[in-house]
Amino acid sequence: MLPKQEVVAMLLAGGQGSRLGVLTRKVAKPAVPFGGKYRIIDFPLSNCANSGIEAVGVLTQYQPLVLNDYLGNGQPWDLDNDNAGVHILSPYEQKDGAKWYSGTANAIYQNLNFIERYDPEYVLILSGDHIYKMDYSKMISFHAEHNADCTIAVIDVSLEEASRFGIMNTNPDGSIYEFEEKPAHPKSTNASMGIYVFSWDKLKKYLVLDAADPNSSNDFGKNVLPAMLANGERMFAYPFEGYWKDVGTIDSLWEANMDLLDPKTKLDLTEKKNKIYSRNPIMPPHFVADCAEIQNSMIADGCNVYGTLEFSMLFNGVTVKKGAVVTDSILMPGVVVEEGAQVSYAIVSEGTVIGKNAVIGARPEDTENRDDWGIAVVGENLSIGEGAVVPPKAMIDEDIKGVK
Amino acid sequence: MAGRNMFGLLLTNFQDLYIPELTTKRTFSSIPFGAKYRLIDFSLSNMVNSGISKIGVVTKNNYLSLMDHIGSGKAWNLSRRRGGLTFLPPFENTVDKYNTFVETIDSIRNFIDHSYEDYVLISSSMSVVNIDYQQMFNAHLKSNADITICYRNAPLHKSTNSDDVVFSIDSNKRISEVLINPRNLETADCMINTCVIKKDLLLDIVSDCMSRSKYTFSRDVIQPCVKEYNVYGYEVPGYCADIDSIQSYFKANMDLLSSEVREELFNMRNPIYTKIRDDMPTKYGLNSSVKNSLIAPGCVIEGEVENSIIFKGVRIAKGAKISNSIIMQDCDIGENTTLNYVICDKDVVVSPTRMLCGIDSYPVCISKKSVV
Repeated sequence: MLPKQEVVAMLLAGGQGSRLGVLTRKVAKPAVPFGGKYRIIDFPLSNCANSGIEAVGVLTQYQPLVLNDYLGNGQPWDLDNDNAGVHILSPYEQKDGAKWYSGTANAIYQNLNFIERYDPEYVLILSGDHIYKMDYSKMISFHAEHNADCTIAVIDVSLEEASRFGIMNTNPDGSIYEFEEKPAHPKSTNASMGIYVFSWDKLKKYLVLDAADPNSSNDFGKNVLPAMLANGERMFAYPFEGYWKDVGTIDSLWEANMDLLDPKTKLDLTEKKNKIYSRNPIMPPHFVADCAEIQNSMIADGCNVYGTLEFSMLFNGVTVKKGAVVTDSILMPGVVVEEGAQVSYAIVSEGTVIGKNAVIGARPEDTENRDDWGIAVVGENLSIGEGAVVPPKAMIDEDIKGVK
Repeated sequence: MAGRNMFGLLLTNFQDLYIPELTTKRTFSSIPFGAKYRLIDFSLSNMVNSGISKIGVVTKNNYLSLMDHIGSGKAWNLSRRRGGLTFLPPFENTVDKYNTFVETIDSIRNFIDHSYEDYVLISSSMSVVNIDYQQMFNAHLKSNADITICYRNAPLHKSTNSDDVVFSIDSNKRISEVLINPRNLETADCMINTCVIKKDLLLDIVSDCMSRSKYTFSRDVIQPCVKEYNVYGYEVPGYCADIDSIQSYFKANMDLLSSEVREELFNMRNPIYTKIRDDMPTKYGLNSSVKNSLIAPGCVIEGEVENSIIFKGVRIAKGAKISNSIIMQDCDIGENTTLNYVICDKDVVVSPTRMLCGIDSYPVCISKKSVV
């Protein structure tokens, strides 16, 4: 028998993240590189570690190889624990056949036995596609103080943005009286962050009910939470203040990276106490050459910079050669930008080589028709030939020949 | 695999007096180096990359920073059930005896005796080098040597800190004579503090030396041994920096600004491991200017940096001008300061508008946690 855990966290990491296009062709969204050295999943995992949560189940389904490799035994997040630690939970074959996870609630339902082993008081449901730092233990205390059955973390968004989120309408005491999924005319601006605390007995009860309902799409937001509210369970909104960003689209992923370059962003990665942990590649410090010009950028280990960088994010092992100009872009691990190449407003995936004098992306002000403009994305391990041009908003998933 | 029949011994304190400026509160081996490393990282990583998986770290005093750095040895894949890393600090009745090579080896006789490997590789952290000890071990076996010692052809240090130990080597690489501080040579085959020896032979030699009250490695072990045993040299290929003074320490750091040196020292096949601190990538502010410098993660740079080595978590404020300097972990360099040929130890705070200036033969050293 395992020692009791007060809280078990379940991290939903099975989504494909199809809106990220070539970036998630071979990896699940939570494993997408972010912020110069991290992967998206480092944020919720580090939050768990920093909040004192020791048992974490990670639910995987889509392209799990890179993610599984990355998680390993959970050691980088101090989650290698004989009694708890991080566990990868993939769909499995059961007596009556194999079943994929049909929805967020179903994924948890199929792993009730995992949670049961720890005999927890509370279950924390997290998703693997948000960038934020949060002390979950405060949210769990809030849940306990309010004697709640379910607590949903909410963030105050602007009225215009509110129509993109699930909105929680609350009474003055914080209890929720109504959900509105992506309302055209929102009544409030409390957007759900996709972070839920459940009392374990209630979660189990409603997941079993949900599984028995053939009409349900087995989703927390669409089915389980509304069912609980309809039955008059105690549901509260937990207000979160701080930086939080959903990075489910190319634009939001690019923006969230650029936010890290802005000193005003309320996400402090320099704190000694609550660090974001990650697997660190074994690489020497980065080198900046005499001929380099760097403005407002972030650079990770193992990079060699001989060219010009402005408002850019360099992951580990990137080389920017002499005369190359990289602006407003994200270069993932191992990218090489050859001499004279220009990269602007682009995301270049791992291991891709940008040939001499190639032009990737463009500044919005240099584009004639603004509707044609967007972030250019180049997939992993590609070769963009000498002098080739990749227009803004393009999504490249095969080699491009050079133009002589 | 050398590691199956050879274990490593790393001596960490013997050179403490070479760089007193940086060893008041640490061992020689744990002196920070090259923006994110400590000197011991090179010898430890070389051993691990050569397949050695059991290493004894022999340390006498001031070893808090060393133990903190190495921890369980996880970063070098040395946290393991078989072999792995063992700290060998002095224990009762041996404290006074850790001063010399012979006494130290005699004190850890138990550890050596209990090892099932037949051979031992002994090294210090004096050399910054990326070397494959497997090849050295192969050469040792092939030449049927009793002892194989590393050397390289280099200018003599002629320093007051350390002895120049010079070999006369025949065409078969056998060492026929050992000279210590010879008068008339400028460059020669100089000893590097690394050798391979059968552990039983090591213990025999040490017992003999103890009985005759002879204690030092170069004068009492190697010099007489070349007459009695087969002692061979192994030439260290490629870049190698010997550190025995603040000047040579400074120069070895600055050598890293050459891409050829970096390529020799740091490669993906034989990486140099170090403790991981989970810093964010380094952030360059608007109007920062960085030229020809090696920079670790976790820094926030808003000023100017040139020809310098910047360690993890350093803050360089607006208007600061740093050139030809080594700034260690978590230093805080204030606005409009000017530093030229300065070595700031860890956690130094330089208040705004201060100016400090050394020269290349005598860099100014600011001790740990000072406030300037």
